[in-house]
Amino acid sequence: MRPRWLSGLAAHAVLLGYSLLVLFPIVLVFQNSFKDQMAIFAEPLRPPTPETFSLEGYRTLFEVANFPRYFLNSLTVTVASLFLIVFLGAMAGFALAEYRFRLNTFLSLYLALGIMVPIRLGTVGLLRLMAAWHMVNTLTALVLVYTAMGLPLSIFVLSRFFAQLPPDFKDAARVDGASEYRVFWMVLPLVRPALGTVAAISMIPIWNDLWFPLILAPSDRTKTIVLGAQVFLGQFLNDWQAVLAALSLAMIPAVLLYLVFSKQLIRGLTAGAVK
Amino acid sequence: MWKRMGIVLLAVALLTAGMASAERLVIESWRNDDLKLWRDVIIPAFNKHYPDIQVVFAPTAPAEYNAVLDSKLQAGTAGDLITCRPFGKSFELYQKGYLVPLNDLPGMEHYTAFAKSAWSTEDGRVTYCVPMASVIHGFLYNRDLFEKYGFAPPKTEEEFFALLDAMKKKAPRLAPLVMGTKDQWESATMGWHNIGPNYYGGEAGRKAFLAGKEGFHTDGFLTTYRVLARWAPYLPRGYKAIAYPDAQQMFVQGRGFIYPAGSWDIGVFHQMNPKLRMGAFPPPAPAGASKRYISDHPDIAMGLNAASPHKEAAKKFLSWLTTKEFAELYGNALSGFFPLHNFPVQIKDPVAQTFLSWRKTHEGTFRMTYYKLSDRKPDAETDLWTASSSILNGTMKPDEAARWMECRLSSWYAPHRHFHQELGCGQ
Amino acid sequence: MEHAMKRKPFPWHLVVFLAPAVLVYTVFMIYPMVASLTFSLFQDAGNGRQVFVGLGNYVRLLTDPLWRDPFWNAFRNNLIFFAVHMTVQNPVALLLAALLVTRVRGAWIYRTVIFTPAILSAVLIGFAWKLILSPTWGIWLPLLDRLGLGDNEVAVALLGNPSSALLTLSLISVWQNVGIPMMLFLAALIRVPRELVEAAQVDGATGWRVFWNVQFPLILPTVGIVAILTFIGNFNAFDLIYATQGALAGPNFATDILGTFFFRTFFGFQLRPGDPHMGATVAGVMLLIILTGVLLYLYGWQRRVGEVQY
Repeated sequence: MRPRWLSGLAAHAVLLGYSLLVLFPIVLVFQNSFKDQMAIFAEPLRPPTPETFSLEGYRTLFEVANFPRYFLNSLTVTVASLFLIVFLGAMAGFALAEYRFRLNTFLSLYLALGIMVPIRLGTVGLLRLMAAWHMVNTLTALVLVYTAMGLPLSIFVLSRFFAQLPPDFKDAARVDGASEYRVFWMVLPLVRPALGTVAAISMIPIWNDLWFPLILAPSDRTKTIVLGAQVFLGQFLNDWQAVLAALSLAMIPAVLLYLVFSKQLIRGLTAGAVK
Repeated sequence: MWKRMGIVLLAVALLTAGMASAERLVIESWRNDDLKLWRDVIIPAFNKHYPDIQVVFAPTAPAEYNAVLDSKLQAGTAGDLITCRPFGKSFELYQKGYLVPLNDLPGMEHYTAFAKSAWSTEDGRVTYCVPMASVIHGFLYNRDLFEKYGFAPPKTEEEFFALLDAMKKKAPRLAPLVMGTKDQWESATMGWHNIGPNYYGGEAGRKAFLAGKEGFHTDGFLTTYRVLARWAPYLPRGYKAIAYPDAQQMFVQGRGFIYPAGSWDIGVFHQMNPKLRMGAFPPPAPAGASKRYISDHPDIAMGLNAASPHKEAAKKFLSWLTTKEFAELYGNALSGFFPLHNFPVQIKDPVAQTFLSWRKTHEGTFRMTYYKLSDRKPDAETDLWTASSSILNGTMKPDEAARWMECRLSSWYAPHRHFHQELGCGQ
Repeated sequence: MEHAMKRKPFPWHLVVFLAPAVLVYTVFMIYPMVASLTFSLFQDAGNGRQVFVGLGNYVRLLTDPLWRDPFWNAFRNNLIFFAVHMTVQNPVALLLAALLVTRVRGAWIYRTVIFTPAILSAVLIGFAWKLILSPTWGIWLPLLDRLGLGDNEVAVALLGNPSSALLTLSLISVWQNVGIPMMLFLAALIRVPRELVEAAQVDGATGWRVFWNVQFPLILPTVGIVAILTFIGNFNAFDLIYATQGALAGPNFATDILGTFFFRTFFGFQLRPGDPHMGATVAGVMLLIILTGVLLYLYGWQRRVGEVQY
C-alpha cells in the first residue's frame, strides 16, 4: 500500500491543476476589466499597472445603465424562481417517488417533456399569454417562466433522491399517526444535498438568461443584469472595456449567490455523511 | 412643515400627471452602438420641436434583433417605431401588415427613388420606411504606416496587388490586409460586395443578373470570386480565427496597413483610437476599365408599427427624420452613415468626405444579393458569406464556389432556371 | 354501506403535492410549446393562410436535400458534441468527485472553484475563450511559438478551422460544465456508508480497488442520471456555440448543432425571415430524439440498476 501522504499529494496536484485551469480565463477577464483599451490587447496577461489602470469601463457602465437596479431585478427573479423550483419540485418529486398510483409513470414522463425541446420554441406563445394577462415587463412573468422551466429537472432529480431513502423511517412515522404532509416535512431535510444541488444547477440558466428578459421584460425598469451588459456588445463597435466590466460585474453576484447555496450544500452534505 | 410637504407632494403629483399626458414612443433598433447618441443628441433635438412627445430608444443586440422583433410583433408588444433593415426582411414585415404605408408622410418627397427603393414595393408604389442612411464600401489605410514606408494608395488592381507584395517584403511583421474570416460576413461584405461592382459592371450587371442573362459563374461575377481569392496570402496570421472586432482592434493599433472597410468603420475607428490617421481609397479599377463603380448601399430606415397606439405622434417623429436638421445631426454624429436625402448635407469628417466624393466619380449600386435573391432559402446572401469565407480559408476554389452558389440560387429563382440544367446541378 | 366506508379516501395529499407544479408547468411550458409545435403540421399557403400538411414537413426535413443535409450535419455534430461530454466531462467529473470525497484538505475550496464556470453565462465563457484563442491577442500565438507550433495552420486558428472548431467548442463546454456532474457524483458518493469503505481498506484494498469495487457500484443510479442529463443537455445545447460562433455556427456550419439549427430556422437570420413551420418541425424531431433517449434510460438502464438500495 502506498503511503497515505503520497496519494493525498497526488489528489492535491490533480485538484489544484484543474482549479488553475478553471480560474485562468476568469481571472483574465476580471483583471483586464481594470485596464485601458490598448493595454488589454497589447499585454492581456499582465495585471493592471499604475500606467495601464483604468476604470473607464465601469464608468461607462454606470453612466448609461442603471446597474444597481438591474442587479436587484436579477436577484429578485432568481431567488423567487429558485424558491418555487425547489419547493414545488420537492413536493411533486416526493409524491412521484413515494406513492404508487395509476398516473404515476405518465406524470413522470409528462413532467420531463419540457426539457426535451428548445426552450425558445414557445417564445411567441408565452409572449401572447403574458400580453393577454398584462404581465409583459413584469418580473412576475420571468419568475413564472423560469419556474416552469426549472421544474422538470428539479422533479426528475429530487424524485430519484426521494426514492433512494430507506422506507423504515417513514413507515415508523406513519405508524405513529403522522400525516403525509408531516412525513414530507420529516424527510425533506434528508435530501438536503440534493436540494442544494438542484438550487445551484437551476440557478445557472436563470441568472444568465438573456432571451426571456429580452422578450418578456426588456423595459429599463425590469432589465436584468445580463441583459444590461449586452448593450455593450454592439454591431460595429465593441467597447471592450465596458464589456469586460459588465461581464465582471455580472459574474461577481453569481459567484456570491452560489456561495450562499453552496454553504447550504456543505451543511447538507456533511449531514448526509454523518447519518 | 406639513405645508411644505404638501407642496412637494403636489409638485410630484403634477409632474407625474404631466408625464402621463405626454405621449411615449418606443423605438426598436439593432443599433445599440448608438444608444448614447440617440439619448443625448437626437431625441433632445426632436424634443425642442415637440416637447410633449417622449421618445425612448430601446435597442436590441444586432444578432437577436430579427428574432426579438418578430416575436414582439406577433404578440403585439413591439415598439411604435421600427428600424428597418433593407429589402426582403422589411418587405416581409410590410406584407404581413406590421408596417404602415408612408407615402403621404410629409417630407417623403425629400428622397430619391434610389433611396426609397430598398423600402418600397417592387412597383415602387408603396414606401413603408423612411430612409435614414446608406453605407459605402472602400479601403481605409493607415496614413502613418504608409508614410513611414513610402507607399501610395493604389489606383488599379495591378497596383493594389503589387503594393500588397511590397508590404509583405518590407514589413513582414505587419499585415498588408487587415481582415479575418471568422464571422463570415466580413468576407462577403467587405470583400466580395466591396470589389464586385467594378467587375460585373454595377447596376447594369446587377439587372442582367436578375433577368437571368448572367449568373454567379459567368463573366464579372466569376472574376470577383477569383480576385477575392487572391487576398488570402495578405491576411493576418491566424485570420481564420480573427473575428470582425479583432480586425478592427488590429487596425487601430497599427498592426496592419489596409483595412477593407464599410464607411461605418470611420466613426468607430475615431472613437477607438482618436490619434489614428486614416486615408481612404475606392476599390481599385480592373485592367482596362473605363467606368468605375462603388457599393453604395441603403442600410437603415425607420417605419411605423401598424399596432402602435400613438400613430400621430410617431408620424411627427418620422416626418422630422426627413428634415435637414436630422440629416446633419445624424450624418455628422455617425461618420460613415450617409443620409439619403436629396438635398446636400454638410459632412465634416474628412475621411467620410472622401468616401462621399466617390459618388461623383463612380456609379453607385447596392449589394446585389439583397434584392430578391435572398427572399427564399437557400438565400444568396447567406451563401455568399459561406462561399467568400471558404474561398479565403482555402476550403473552396473560386470557380467551385461560384458554381455552388449558382446551383443553389437556380434551384428556386425562376429566371435562372436554365443555368440549373447548363451547370448540371444536382448530379 | 359498509363497503363504501371501507373504500380508500380520495388521496387529497397527492393533489396538494402535485397540483402546483403541474399547473405552473402546464400553463407556462407545455401550453406554449404545444401551441408552437402544431406549426410543424402546417405550411404557409401565401396570403397569410395556413394549410394542414400532416407530416409533410417532417418528410421534407428528412428527404429534401436542402433540409436533409444541414439537418444530418447538425445531428452528426451533436453526436460528436455528446460523445466528447460522455468521454471527457463525465469521467473527469467522477475522478474529481472521487478525490474530493476522500476529504482532502480544502475540499470545499476546490469544489467551489471547479463549479464556478458552470455559474457563469455562456456569453462570458465564450468571450473569455475567444480572447484566449484569438490570434490577435497576445496569449495564444506566443504560447504556440514557445511550443514550436507557431506554423501549425490548425493550432493557430482553432476556432476557425472546420477540423478543430467543434472539438475545441466541445472541450470549452466540458470545461464549463464539469462541475455539475461532479456535484451529482459527490452527493451520491458521500452517502455511501463509511463503514463499507473502511472495511474494504482494512482488507488491504487500494484506493483504486475500493472505488471500483465498493463505491462505484453503489452510485450506479447517479451515473445513469448524469448520463441522461448530459444527453438532454447536449441535444438541447445552444448558448455557447451561439455566443462564440454566431447563429451561422461557422466555419461553414462545422459547429452547427441541433440547437443552433433550430434557432436559425425558426427565427430566421439576418436577411432571411424565420420559418416557424420548419422551425417547429426541427424542434419536433429534437423532441423525438431526446424522448427516445429518456425512454431508453427509463426502461433499459433504470430498470436494471435503479433498485440498488443502501
